[in-house]
Amino acid sequence: MTDMPTHSLAARLAARFGDTLSLSAGRGGETTAELSAGDLLSVATALRDEPDFRFEQLIDVCGVDYLGYGQDEWATETVTATGFSRGVEGQAMGRFNWAERPRDADMPRRFAAVVHLLSLTHNRRLRLRVFCDDDALPVVPSLTGIWPVANWFEREAFDLYGILFDGHPDLRRILTDYGFVGHPFRKDFPLIGNVEVRYDPEQQRVVYQPVTIEPRVLVPRVIRDDADLIQAKAEAADNWRQN
Amino acid sequence: MQEIRNYTMNFGPQHPAAHGVLRLVLEMDGETVVRADPHVGLLHRGTEKLAESKPFNQSIGYMDRLDYVSMMCNEHAYVRAIETLLGIEAPERAQYIRTMFDEITRILNHLMWIGSNALDLGAMAVFLYAFREREELMDVYEAVSGARMHATYYRPGGVYRDLPDRMPQYKESPWHKGADLKRINSAREGSMLDFIEDFTRIFPSRVDEYEDLLTNNRIWKQRTVGIGVISPEMAKAWGMTGAMIRGSGVEWDLRKKQPYAKYAEMDFDIPVGVNGDCYDRYLVRVEEMRQSNRIIKQCVDWLRANPGPVMVTNFKVAPPSRAEMKESMEALIHHFKLFTEGYGVPAGETYCAVEAPKGEFGCYLVSDGANKPFRVHLRAPGFAHLSSMDATVKGHMLADVVAMIGTYDLVFGEVDR
Repeated sequence: MTDMPTHSLAARLAARFGDTLSLSAGRGGETTAELSAGDLLSVATALRDEPDFRFEQLIDVCGVDYLGYGQDEWATETVTATGFSRGVEGQAMGRFNWAERPRDADMPRRFAAVVHLLSLTHNRRLRLRVFCDDDALPVVPSLTGIWPVANWFEREAFDLYGILFDGHPDLRRILTDYGFVGHPFRKDFPLIGNVEVRYDPEQQRVVYQPVTIEPRVLVPRVIRDDADLIQAKAEAADNWRQN
Repeated sequence: MQEIRNYTMNFGPQHPAAHGVLRLVLEMDGETVVRADPHVGLLHRGTEKLAESKPFNQSIGYMDRLDYVSMMCNEHAYVRAIETLLGIEAPERAQYIRTMFDEITRILNHLMWIGSNALDLGAMAVFLYAFREREELMDVYEAVSGARMHATYYRPGGVYRDLPDRMPQYKESPWHKGADLKRINSAREGSMLDFIEDFTRIFPSRVDEYEDLLTNNRIWKQRTVGIGVISPEMAKAWGMTGAMIRGSGVEWDLRKKQPYAKYAEMDFDIPVGVNGDCYDRYLVRVEEMRQSNRIIKQCVDWLRANPGPVMVTNFKVAPPSRAEMKESMEALIHHFKLFTEGYGVPAGETYCAVEAPKGEFGCYLVSDGANKPFRVHLRAPGFAHLSSMDATVKGHMLADVVAMIGTYDLVFGEVDR
């Protein structure tokens, strides 16, 4: 894919949908359009049917939990007399168990459903992102009426993130166990999980019990502003002042 | 008149034709399927969540274990996503090596598919023939990475190491000795490229052997012709990719349409079907093996003529050489940082797809600038294909469900993730 057609796709999207979509260009010539849940169905139908777009295929729908986006566990910029803070007290999901999971986690617009479309006619890709308005009850309209393949992808996003797809014909869990509690891919769900199963020789059956393993992560989450990056930023600022 | 009612049948999760752990709840009217409800997730390991808790490079090995019969193609999608966000590109030789191994992987996958699909439909011998060639290709995997299947060979910025100069040989044993040992080692005298070239020379005749067994076989045709017909419209609506959409006559292949690695330089054709039934998809996959063979040959010729680096020399991403570490303090620091903390990937998101043997395998990667991915989503072709099960088998007989599972080319490592 060259850059040109993607630019023209972005231009055509802007011309057709105006303020409904907020467009951004990603790396490698990718186009992302953010829109509100209310506009999703009308925009998706237009994207599939109108000759300018013709996104015949829905490639993927997935949930994303933006809780803790951009947070690290190791301060790398402010030095104290004892050195950098040694980051093991963070809130990354490998560090807590079910009882100590962060419950007061709040972040405006935590959950999003991300949709990837593909046009075979024009050989283009487009990414749509819909943020859910309510964190406690994330709802997005279902795309199953437009692309039937959305069915399982939406079931997966419901199962793993608890995003509800309004209008889905059969919103059951799909990947987790029958009778599973919780939505395991949420950032406040511990990596070690909540329960484990084992065979109990006394009761002569398989039993569920709270997990017995300790949460453990070997590598802390680190976000570094590289020295090169800081220098580049400073130089850019200098140039701006000179001009 | 006797009262007849539908009954529900449980197919799997331990059924020899279920290709792993598929539980299929079938509502039957006699022998006819009224409704099919696949239950998946019995092999769910939370790969995507595990990847979020580890530095980028430590998850490459998980990718092998998704679609565990097309290992390196999965790695390719993940590694490409990281490279896109980092803004780096692998050296040309590494790109050719990746192209070659993607195609070796495609043959590996299609051999597994043709063998198991034929076995499901009652033809035993094909399996034995297919595994003969699979063995040779797995030896290639082992020679290059040390592992027969789960290679972890592709790395962001290139591949783990260059192709070896010599091919490991069989040792003498009670089963291989004397003239027999000499014969099986004759192709292994030279380098790995010699071995692969020897393979590409023989392989077309081997594909002829599979075709002799199946293409005009009356039972095979009775089981596949006109079964599981998928129209082009249906293939598009159900998000089908790979041989599933090409079997329906839609000419769509990411290797041609959105070329990555070195596919733009390769000379090969895309086979398409006409009727969209199981038989056409069989023909498409068989032809794909022949085309893959052509691509491998072209890569071998190029790789033989053009030595060079196979990894970027950016030590923030790729480790320095062992020899350099003994001399240089800086190289030691780079090595230490890379293997303890990993590298930070600039904030952003990307979706990178490859034409895996089963269809479009994509990796949606979100990074917030940390040394671990913020979100990894793996788009598995089998997941989209299997979701159309109910639509495709409705009205078919029970035995055709088995033919359909076979033609989907399902592997539950990628469906369940």
